Amino acid sequence: MLGYVFRRILFAIPIALGVSVVCFSLVYLAPGDPLQTVLPPDATAETIAIVKHAYGFDRPIPVQYAIWLWHVLHGDFGRSIATQRAVTLEVFGSVANTAMLALFAVPLSFITGYSMGALAGCYPGKIMDRVVTGAAVIGVSLPNYWLGLVLVILFAVEYMVLPASGMGQSGSAAFVLWHWSDAQFLVLPVITLAMIPIGIIARTTRAAVADVRNQDFVTTLRAMGLGEGAVIRHVLKNASPQVLAVMGLQFGYLMGGSILVETVFTWPGSGFLLNKAIINRDIPVLQGTILALSLIFVLTNLVVDLLQAILDPRIRRA
Amino acid sequence: MNKPVALAVAEIPADSDFDGAPATKVRGYWQSVGYRLRHDWVTLGFGVIVLLIVLAAVFAPLIAPFSPYAQSIIGRLKPFGWRGHPWGTDELGRDMMSRLIYGGRISLMMGLVPVVIATMIGGTLGVIGGFAGKVANTAIMRTMDVFYAFPSILLAVAISGAMGGGIVNGIISLSLVFTPAMCRVAETATAQVKNLDYIEAARASGAGTLTIIRHHVLGNVLGPVFIYASSLVSVSILLASGLSFLGLGVQPPEPDWGLMLSTLRQSLYVDPLGCALPGIAIFITSICFNLVSDGIRAAMDVRI
Repeated sequence: MLGYVFRRILFAIPIALGVSVVCFSLVYLAPGDPLQTVLPPDATAETIAIVKHAYGFDRPIPVQYAIWLWHVLHGDFGRSIATQRAVTLEVFGSVANTAMLALFAVPLSFITGYSMGALAGCYPGKIMDRVVTGAAVIGVSLPNYWLGLVLVILFAVEYMVLPASGMGQSGSAAFVLWHWSDAQFLVLPVITLAMIPIGIIARTTRAAVADVRNQDFVTTLRAMGLGEGAVIRHVLKNASPQVLAVMGLQFGYLMGGSILVETVFTWPGSGFLLNKAIINRDIPVLQGTILALSLIFVLTNLVVDLLQAILDPRIRRA
Repeated sequence: MNKPVALAVAEIPADSDFDGAPATKVRGYWQSVGYRLRHDWVTLGFGVIVLLIVLAAVFAPLIAPFSPYAQSIIGRLKPFGWRGHPWGTDELGRDMMSRLIYGGRISLMMGLVPVVIATMIGGTLGVIGGFAGKVANTAIMRTMDVFYAFPSILLAVAISGAMGGGIVNGIISLSLVFTPAMCRVAETATAQVKNLDYIEAARASGAGTLTIIRHHVLGNVLGPVFIYASSLVSVSILLASGLSFLGLGVQPPEPDWGLMLSTLRQSLYVDPLGCALPGIAIFITSICFNLVSDGIRAAMDVRI
C-alpha cells in the first residue's frame, strides 16, 4: 500500500508541473503584448523597456517560467493588473467562497445521486429505474446557468421568497452561515450547482450497481442463502470504487466548474473572479485562479485514487 | 432476436432434441444494429427531433418570419403572443422566433465542429500512441493527462479567456478540451487489438504498419470513437453556449442561444418567459443529442 501511495504521489508531480506550464503559457496565448493593458497607448520605447524589465518580460521564456514557478511555490501569484492587489489574496478569498457553495452542494448531490442510482440499479427495468434514468439524462443535458435563471425567475421574481443574487447585504466579509438572513443566499446557487452532479452520479451508480449485480459472485451469495439486504450490501460495496471515481471528478467540477453558476448568482467565488479577470483582461488573476483551481482538481484526483486503493486491493497491486 | 428458422418442422418428431434449424441465416453486425435501431422508438423519436432542429437551422432563411438582426425601438421586450411576433421580441425589438431559429445555426455548429476537430486530432494521436508503443505512447498520453487535469469548463474558459472572445477562438478552445478524451478512447481501443493474433498474422504476411492500421485497427477503433464523439456533441453545445453566456465565444449581434440568454438576463424582471426561451432551446437540443447518442451506443453494443 505504501508503495502505491508513493508511486501515485510521484505521478501527480509531473501533472502538476504540466498544469503550471499550461497556466503560465496563458499569458502568451493572449493576443498582442502581455503588457498592452498596463501601458498607455502613447508610451515611449524607453517606458516600454522599463516596464518590461520591471515585469521581467525581457528575459527568455524558460527563465520567466522558472522565476514565475519559484514565486508560485512561495505562494506569490503576482499582482493583479486591474487592482494592483496581490493575486494570492484575491484567489484565497474567492476560492473560500466557492468552497462554501461546494460544502453544501457536495452532500446534496452525492447523497441524492447515489441513492437514486442505487435504487435504480437494484431494480432494473422497474418504474423507479425509468424515472431515475430519465432524471439523470435531464440532469446531464441541463444548462445549469439556465436552470439558475429559471430558479431566480420562480423564487426571486415571481414568489420573492429567496434572494436572486449576491452574498448578503454586507458582502462576503460579514457572511454568517448560521443566520438565515445570510444563509438564504446559498439556497438557489447550491441547488443549481448540485443538479448536474446528481444526474451524472445517479447515472454512474446505476450502471455500476447493475453491472455488479450480474456478476457470478452475486449468484453465489444468493445460492449460499443470503437475504436480499445482505446481497445488496455486497453489491454496493463492490460498485463503490467506480462511484467514488466519478464523485471525485464531480467534486473537482463543483470547485472548478462553478464559473457559470457563480456568474448567474453574482456569487463572489473563484468563477466570478475569473469572469472579472476575463472582462478586465487581467492575465495574472486569470492565471492564478486557474492554477489554484486545477491544482485542487489534481489533488482531488490523487485523494480519490488513494481512497479507491483502500477500498479495492486489486488497484494497489496494479 | 436471431430466432432460428425451422425448416420442415413437421418431419421432426416432437420429442427430438434437434430443433430443425439446419440453415439459420444469422444477421451481420450492421444488420443487427439497424434492426435494433429500427425497433428503438425512443431513439427514433428523438432522432426525428434532432433532424427537425437541424433542418430548421439549415433552412432558417425560409422559415424565420423576420431577419434576426432587424431591431425596433418601439417593439422591445414584447411578451409571448404579441401580434406579428408569436414568441415576442428581445431587448432590442428583434423577433425572438427568428433569432431562435437562426441561433440554432451557430449553436449546432459550435456543438459539432469542435467535436469533429477533436475526433480527428485526438483519434489520430490515440491510434499513433496506442500502436507505436513505449516512447511515443508515453509522450502523447502524459501530455494528454496534463490537459485532463483541468475541469473541462475551466480549460475552455482559460483558453478562450486568454485568447479573447469570438467564434473561432471558442472552437479552438473547445477542440482542445475534447482532444484528450478522444485520444484516450482511441488509445484504449487500439491497445486492445494491437497484440491480438490476427495483427501478428498480418505482419507475418508482410503488411506494413500503415496497412495494418488501415485494415485491421481502424475498424476496431472507429466504433468507440464515433460513439464517444456523438456523446460529446451535447456537451459541446452546453459548453459553447456557456462560453457565449460569459461573453466569450459568440459575440453580439450574432444570434446564439447562449449569448441571447446572457443579454436577455438584464431584462429578467420585465420579461421572465422570454428570458427562459433560449435556455429551453439549448436544453431540448442537448437532451435529444444525448438520447440519440445513448440509443446508438446501445444498438452498436459498444462499451467505452
